[in-house]
Amino acid sequence: MKFNRRKFIKRLIVAIASIEAFFLIKEGISKSDNSSGKKELFNAGKADSFETNKTYPFLTGHFFLKRYDDGGFLAMSIKCTHLGCVVNNNIKTGGFNCPCHASQFNKYGEVLSAPATRPLDTFPITIENGEIFIDTNKAVKRKEFNKSQLTYA
Amino acid sequence: MANKESDKRTPSTIEKFLLHLHPQRIDVRAIKFTRTFGLGGISALLFVILCLTGLLLRFSYVPTVADAYDSILALENKSIFGKFIRSLHYLSAVSMIIISFLHLIRVYYSQSIFKKRAENWIYGLIMMLMVFAASFTGYLLPWDQLAYWAVTVITQIIEYIPLIGHSFANTVRGGTEVNGNTLLNFYSLHTGILPILFIVLMGIHFWLVRKAGGVALPQQEEKVKVKVFPNLVWKEVMTTAIVVAVLFVLAAVITAPLLEQANPHNSPNPSKAPWYFLGAQELLLHLHPVFSAVIIPLAAGIYFFALPYFRYTNLNIGVWFNSNKGKRVVVQSATLSFVFTFILIYLLEHFLHFDIWLSGWHSWLSTGLIPFILYVAPVTGALLYWRKKHMAQVTELFMAITTIILSSYICMMLVSLLLRGEGMLLIF
Repeated sequence: MKFNRRKFIKRLIVAIASIEAFFLIKEGISKSDNSSGKKELFNAGKADSFETNKTYPFLTGHFFLKRYDDGGFLAMSIKCTHLGCVVNNNIKTGGFNCPCHASQFNKYGEVLSAPATRPLDTFPITIENGEIFIDTNKAVKRKEFNKSQLTYA
Repeated sequence: MANKESDKRTPSTIEKFLLHLHPQRIDVRAIKFTRTFGLGGISALLFVILCLTGLLLRFSYVPTVADAYDSILALENKSIFGKFIRSLHYLSAVSMIIISFLHLIRVYYSQSIFKKRAENWIYGLIMMLMVFAASFTGYLLPWDQLAYWAVTVITQIIEYIPLIGHSFANTVRGGTEVNGNTLLNFYSLHTGILPILFIVLMGIHFWLVRKAGGVALPQQEEKVKVKVFPNLVWKEVMTTAIVVAVLFVLAAVITAPLLEQANPHNSPNPSKAPWYFLGAQELLLHLHPVFSAVIIPLAAGIYFFALPYFRYTNLNIGVWFNSNKGKRVVVQSATLSFVFTFILIYLLEHFLHFDIWLSGWHSWLSTGLIPFILYVAPVTGALLYWRKKHMAQVTELFMAITTIILSSYICMMLVSLLLRGEGMLLIF
């Protein structure tokens, strides 16, 4: 095809306008700046007040805080990794069951039975002056449980 | 096109407008009800009803998390005919999905999507997807438990798409969770963008139908033509009257569902996607997400868009199922894939636990590739059988593949809708 100046300029203008329109629409739809402005950590209270080997649901923060035998803390999302239902705390086994599609997780949030394919997401924990803070804006995906995910007082 | 022998009377403005949609004279076979069943026209009519009822609903609906549910309650309990208008909107939306799907099937099986009609098939498919999108965005607006968890489940399915899934789902939701941003997005799409797109695409769709010479008909030497006034227009008016009457009666009896207000801390058991997406959710229960959320939907999408453009050798445009052989192949493949899908679902649920037996393998092999092959291998065998035994040609074989896809989706949808109870377990 012959190189055509008019066609080139026309297409350039259309391309630039489309890119501009794409970003305008994308920013509008995703409303990305609404929440990231200020970051508030979830204050779960004194670390000492949590007993070992127990699960504490914090529904408003959308996480379970779990303290294991060795005193390590893990904050796991209540969202099932299969299709986003809220998992229940299974009191007998210390694990979690999804009411929607019967996925089961063990006490470390690892998959015991499908259809879920990966463990429950975790939230980063920081402990300052004996108080536990959980960053609920940042869900961390993982492949399996290991000790480095635990936080100690 | 104007015929000299027609009477001299000048048509009224409305007649002139309708003559832009229809020609003055039309083949008598084209207006036989069983040629089209009026499905395209009924879809257009439903769109008009949805616009009118939607505009009325828009006066009382408040698209915020705090007020959405209460505004629906107020509409239902305090406005005169509020419940009726909402039910009418709901029923029209459900009918729209069914009718436009039937319209899609009708044009396909009467071989009306090839050559000069191929482009219109593409527009039709886009509109079919938009019908789903419109219904899905409307699903969230009542902000009850049904709406909240159905949308959570679907946006979570989007997350399984590799690379772009996460950011795409976040864009749709306006965040990492279904919240007020999602509601606002869906509200704008549902009441603004999608209706406008529909009007544009419907214009193109109608125009392309006329440009292709109207409804596809089998070749015939002699054509008998009749006037559109009153022959076709009378049928259209009657169909409209009947559809509106049926919808009004149903809306008086059936009430659009409304559960308790959405509660993000408590998922109902089971949590199901909107009914027309349940086939996809069922697939996700059995197959690894790489297959069920990526490969299969992508392949099926490409297949349907490419459908008019394959190399067919024996097209009989306008003939139902292309030939008698085609009809037999369609009936057989529909039955076979429905039954086979049903049996396979049952076996996978109760007996075939590949994830446990092959726990050492990578999960996309044990729960992905193996069940996938388990389905595809017998189906391919059936296709080969038809090719060998019945001398089925390309057209019939593609028709069989289309039928298998549609029939097994409908089977999965019905199983998920009717036969799954608590914990999404089969009830038998």
